[in-house]
Amino acid sequence: MNDKKVLILGATSDVGKALAQVYAEQQFQLVLAARNVKDLEPIKSDLEIRNEAKVEIAEFEATDYSSHPAFIDKVGIPDICICVFGYLGDQTEAENNWDEAKSIMSINYIGAASILEEVAKKMIDKKTGTIVGISSVAGERGRQSNYFYGSSKAGFTAYLSGLRNRLFHKGIHVLTVKPGFIDTKMTAGMDLPKPLTASPLQVAKAIAKAARKKKNTIYVLSMWRLIMYIIKTIPEGIFKKLKL
Amino acid sequence: MKKISGWGNYPLVDAEVNRFDTERELIKLLASDSKTIARGNARSYGDSAIGHNVISSLSHNRMLHFDTNNGVLKCEAGVLFSEILDVIVPKGWFLPVTPGTKFITVGGAIASDVHGKNHHGEGSFSIYLDEFEIACADGSIKTCSRTDEHELFEATCGGMGLTGVILNATFRLKKIESAYIAQKQIKAKNLDEIVELFDEYKSATYSMAWIDCLKGGKSFGRSILICGEHANLEELSESQKRAPLNLKPKKKLNVPFNFPAIALNPLSIKAFNALYYAKNYKRVMEGVIPYEPFFYPLDAINNWNRMYGKNGFVQYQFVLPKEGGKEGLVKILNKIRSKGMGSFLAVLKAFGEQNDLIAFPMEGLTLALDFPVRKGLFEFLNELDAVVLEYGGRIYLTKDARMDARTLAQSYPNFSKWKAIVEKYNPNFKFASTQSDRLNITS
Repeated sequence: MNDKKVLILGATSDVGKALAQVYAEQQFQLVLAARNVKDLEPIKSDLEIRNEAKVEIAEFEATDYSSHPAFIDKVGIPDICICVFGYLGDQTEAENNWDEAKSIMSINYIGAASILEEVAKKMIDKKTGTIVGISSVAGERGRQSNYFYGSSKAGFTAYLSGLRNRLFHKGIHVLTVKPGFIDTKMTAGMDLPKPLTASPLQVAKAIAKAARKKKNTIYVLSMWRLIMYIIKTIPEGIFKKLKL
Repeated sequence: MKKISGWGNYPLVDAEVNRFDTERELIKLLASDSKTIARGNARSYGDSAIGHNVISSLSHNRMLHFDTNNGVLKCEAGVLFSEILDVIVPKGWFLPVTPGTKFITVGGAIASDVHGKNHHGEGSFSIYLDEFEIACADGSIKTCSRTDEHELFEATCGGMGLTGVILNATFRLKKIESAYIAQKQIKAKNLDEIVELFDEYKSATYSMAWIDCLKGGKSFGRSILICGEHANLEELSESQKRAPLNLKPKKKLNVPFNFPAIALNPLSIKAFNALYYAKNYKRVMEGVIPYEPFFYPLDAINNWNRMYGKNGFVQYQFVLPKEGGKEGLVKILNKIRSKGMGSFLAVLKAFGEQNDLIAFPMEGLTLALDFPVRKGLFEFLNELDAVVLEYGGRIYLTKDARMDARTLAQSYPNFSKWKAIVEKYNPNFKFASTQSDRLNITS
């Protein structure tokens, strides 16, 4: 058994589950956190049976910011902290209902920044650690079809790059992950283009590898780097006329 | 919407596929108006796990409890047999019953009440099933066993998903000393010999035979009987003894694309059969081999179903009762031979008694044949159905993509009793597949 500990925030998501599997196979100790702790129980027993993993579970509420310091005190300082949780929300709903817009922004940006600040503080004391943030290609340019989600992820991406800059000098590494399409239960009904769609396990493996190699920013499928480059270079005058 | 099919790639339907992770998500899916059917890893051959709306169990796949002392496993319905084997074999346990592929889900194993090479002595999967939880049409979740909700239990085993969506199951495993099988292969010159051999070797734990469907004359029905026992430690070689419960992972082959329809023709099948029969150069051959090639020879080739081309194929599996069954088998084999409708892979097996309400197996002989879909095939299979009915046999729903409603109702003696239970728990046919609609079970 490895004595390294990984904390997965948002462990009931498909990518969160895959990450737990990948790190369990590498014999890490796991702390799985999610809003609904009851949903973590079968995941815990599964990892214990399949991988003989050591697993703790904890309740975590992204938007209950004031609970975050106590949460970290309770679960302890991990060697790797992966922030997977996120809320895609519904763009049209958000345009008509501010509560939905606020949820998208407060979970993806404020919630993530709030917990990672606490984690960073503890890691600075320990002078070691790795922080991984799952952001999104949607954060690279605002589009009409999902700009609440996109802007919250843009904020998160900028937060992560700033954090990386700050923590580099303290011996702590920060990795930003921008997966494109992922084949999850959220997208099960969509007919996604196969070459651009990664499986949760593919994403998890890429994250574990990039964290080990201290990469700064990764796209899981390299094709996305090209696609986003093109999307980012379209002049705004043209971009605003597109239906994206 | 995407196109889905069973393992035979026939038929294809446009479907909305929904996955659930938690019980809560499943209940939410069931609250919608659309008819639906549970779908596991889609290894049933025909149209039993397809429809315009399906609920995939593949994300509901956690192992919940493993009693390593008594060999009892509780897991969610989307867990694959292959995943179970990875966990239980190193601990000295094996699946009580397994079909010829390990890429099936636990939910599918129950819905098809799968059988394996040990059916003649040990019955089908449901015998080892202690309990399961199922979500019914009204959104309620019921815990079923032979004593609690026993009616629902019985109608669900082999019930093709028509009673609800199975959430999890608890079943008993079989103790093993090694991951190896002591195998014995015996050649049979013709059909009479193979039928006698099945009788002679009925005390073997596992048995099945490969049969050559295209050979006529004196060698009509020539076969190779393959028997096996879980090997104990003394039977292992020195290198096998070093880690008796651990197999080395093997590289897999892949069929990268659909073969052209012409690839399988009477000539290539005859050539394959001749080679297959000739490779056993002695009448009796013995050896100790890993469990994987013994139980799952085709699992070593990814996407082997593509061998039959883009039009897909139908697996035709029937059973004929012990009494008079051989005569019926001769009739069917003769029809196959005269039409040149040779099957690449034909598997013959002796079954034990029926152990469930709507189970496919009955005491007698079962034959499974693959036929690529082409002009004239369905008319031909209708002819075979008539022979199966004439001799009191029946057809396996898990393989079926084309039988008619009348054949089903006539050949399964408990059909109306089963249908009444299905209607009780699934009154508005919330759960319906392309198959159940075709067979007038839900239409």
